[in-house]
Amino acid sequence: MTKDRIDRRFAALKAENRAGFVTYVMAGDPDAATTLSVLKGLPAAGADLIELGFPFSDPMAEGPTIQRAAQRGLASGMTLQGTLDLVAAFREGDADTPVILMGYLNPVLHRGFESFAAAAAKAGVDGLIIVDCPPEEADPLSDALEAEGIALIRLAAPTTDDARLPAVIRRTSGFVYYVSVAGVTGVKEADADAVAPAVQRIRQASGLPVAVGFGIRTPERAAEVARVADAAVVGSALVDEIESAAQLNENVTEKVLLKASALAKAVRSARVGTK
Amino acid sequence: MNAPAKPNDYSAYPDANGRFGGFGGRYVAETLMPLVLDLDKAYAEAKADPAFQAELKSYNTHYAGRPSPLYFAERLTEHFGGAKIYFKRDELNHTGSHKINNALGQILLAMRMGKTRIIAETGAGQHGVATATVCARFGLPCVVYMGATDVERQKPNVFRMNLLGAEVRPVTSGTGTLKDAMNEAMRDWVTNVHDTYYLIGTAAGPHPYPVMVRDFQSVIGSEAREQILEMEGRLPDAVVACIGGGSNAIGLFHPFLNDESVRLIGVEAAGHGVSTDKHAASLTGGRPGVLHGNRTYLLQDDDGQIIDAHSISAGLDYPGIGPEHSFLHEVGRAEYVSTTDEEALAAFQLCSTLEGIIPALEPAHALARVGEIAKELGKDKIVVMNLCGRGDKDIFTVADALGRSI
Repeated sequence: MTKDRIDRRFAALKAENRAGFVTYVMAGDPDAATTLSVLKGLPAAGADLIELGFPFSDPMAEGPTIQRAAQRGLASGMTLQGTLDLVAAFREGDADTPVILMGYLNPVLHRGFESFAAAAAKAGVDGLIIVDCPPEEADPLSDALEAEGIALIRLAAPTTDDARLPAVIRRTSGFVYYVSVAGVTGVKEADADAVAPAVQRIRQASGLPVAVGFGIRTPERAAEVARVADAAVVGSALVDEIESAAQLNENVTEKVLLKASALAKAVRSARVGTK
Repeated sequence: MNAPAKPNDYSAYPDANGRFGGFGGRYVAETLMPLVLDLDKAYAEAKADPAFQAELKSYNTHYAGRPSPLYFAERLTEHFGGAKIYFKRDELNHTGSHKINNALGQILLAMRMGKTRIIAETGAGQHGVATATVCARFGLPCVVYMGATDVERQKPNVFRMNLLGAEVRPVTSGTGTLKDAMNEAMRDWVTNVHDTYYLIGTAAGPHPYPVMVRDFQSVIGSEAREQILEMEGRLPDAVVACIGGGSNAIGLFHPFLNDESVRLIGVEAAGHGVSTDKHAASLTGGRPGVLHGNRTYLLQDDDGQIIDAHSISAGLDYPGIGPEHSFLHEVGRAEYVSTTDEEALAAFQLCSTLEGIIPALEPAHALARVGEIAKELGKDKIVVMNLCGRGDKDIFTVADALGRSI
């Protein structure tokens, strides 16, 4: 049962008294083979959890960086099934690192929730984040995922007040993803001072670990967030590396893993000397 | 899925969650969810407030020029030799289309909510112009997102918006048309939640937009119903409107929903033909899915990716349709047909030369089907078509299509 993999990983992180480092890349950016080699290298580069985007034609919550990644993914022929195939291939060599798929509802709806959940579980997917499926609309999807032991990870935002929070964390498992800025991915920078109380509030209400993302681009910011959150998510900064390496004909895998290592180091050392 | 039964009372829709049967809902990012719920509450309060309704009616009368006339199109009626054809003249509204009805309603609501910045998306530019107009009138800053392709083919409206003091931001992502403009507007909204009101132009998007836009546009059908009863002493046999997102059509249809004898006919844009990959007929050629906050019929591929729409009319060039139309389609209350680019161009010219009215390319799509409908209904029958916009903005597109340079 796969969401256990998420629980085990956060338990281990807690035992080590450090935050997790969560990486995001887009499936098929710039092609499936590169994504697979990046995925395979990420755990050794320091990724504790892996988020893998599946492309959608109309990514309404993304900034320009991830919009372009989705376009490159689609141009390379990546699909929802292709993304599941990448996870299955990754799982051949890694049974421990949690993999969370992230994207938009329509491809999953089109596939059918039950069919998707069964195929995702078989491929070794542990969690799913659907940006445009708020809790009010999520029950049919939750039913299908729960039957396969996959966590539907919920997003909480700066606009989510105390009155709404219980609705947001209802039926969630694994962890809660705190969107640290009101905005699209990769544009505004997270304010670590504002993040701390939000993380505390969500952790208390949900009893789950809280990962923070949407505004973390640098090792410094990642370290700040890692001091207060259970995990720090970096997406656009890694996707930028992929884009520039691909444009310059450099080794994409090498470049993105190098960037991931630097960020992982910052996250891992953030709480050294604290208890 | 079995087709659901026809309801007895359409005023029961949508439900509290914005569902028209299986369509509608609120599919937005969590950051926007509290705003959408706030809007729902604020709109319900405004709708029930006689002062709000009186204020809206006053602006509709004195600023927009309502009621718009119901006009007997005598020469077109003779030309087709069938049912009497009436035009609901919403092209005579201030700003030249039905879009002002909704823009006025929503800006009054935005101000009531204390919002200080307005954003909008536009396709043909009619909604952008209407929004820029009300923003100028009420002194609010206005940003209009418009696909770069549409900026190019609707230059007069871009200039109009600029004259009205609005900033037009061309959107280059995707194919640079209406859906991309809507994506970009939603990105702006999620980034500026503290002060910004998103003034959506069509009867789509997350609840309550579809019902709110429908309500503000229903002035079209309410007036038409009253006017035809006065002029002919009875209800029409059919009402016809073009459909992109479907705001003018739902505005015309809605007051007739419970009048079972009245056929409701929506005309989608068939572009080069619905059997080609270049059309915008979501109901005819699409499947249910989720985009821009609601579940509705969408043009999409086998992976659930949205397919770009095509139409000569920028206002119909949208791969989705308002959720209430999807519902009316599934329960069989409304009929949906389509018109190609070529047929719309012919109707555009026919209306200009026979009635002295240059229609927008959007209602020209509806007109292209009205002849057949009139013939099918027969001589003693009545059909009402919403002439929802005037064609001044389209003269460059039409000249180009006819091989003329102006």
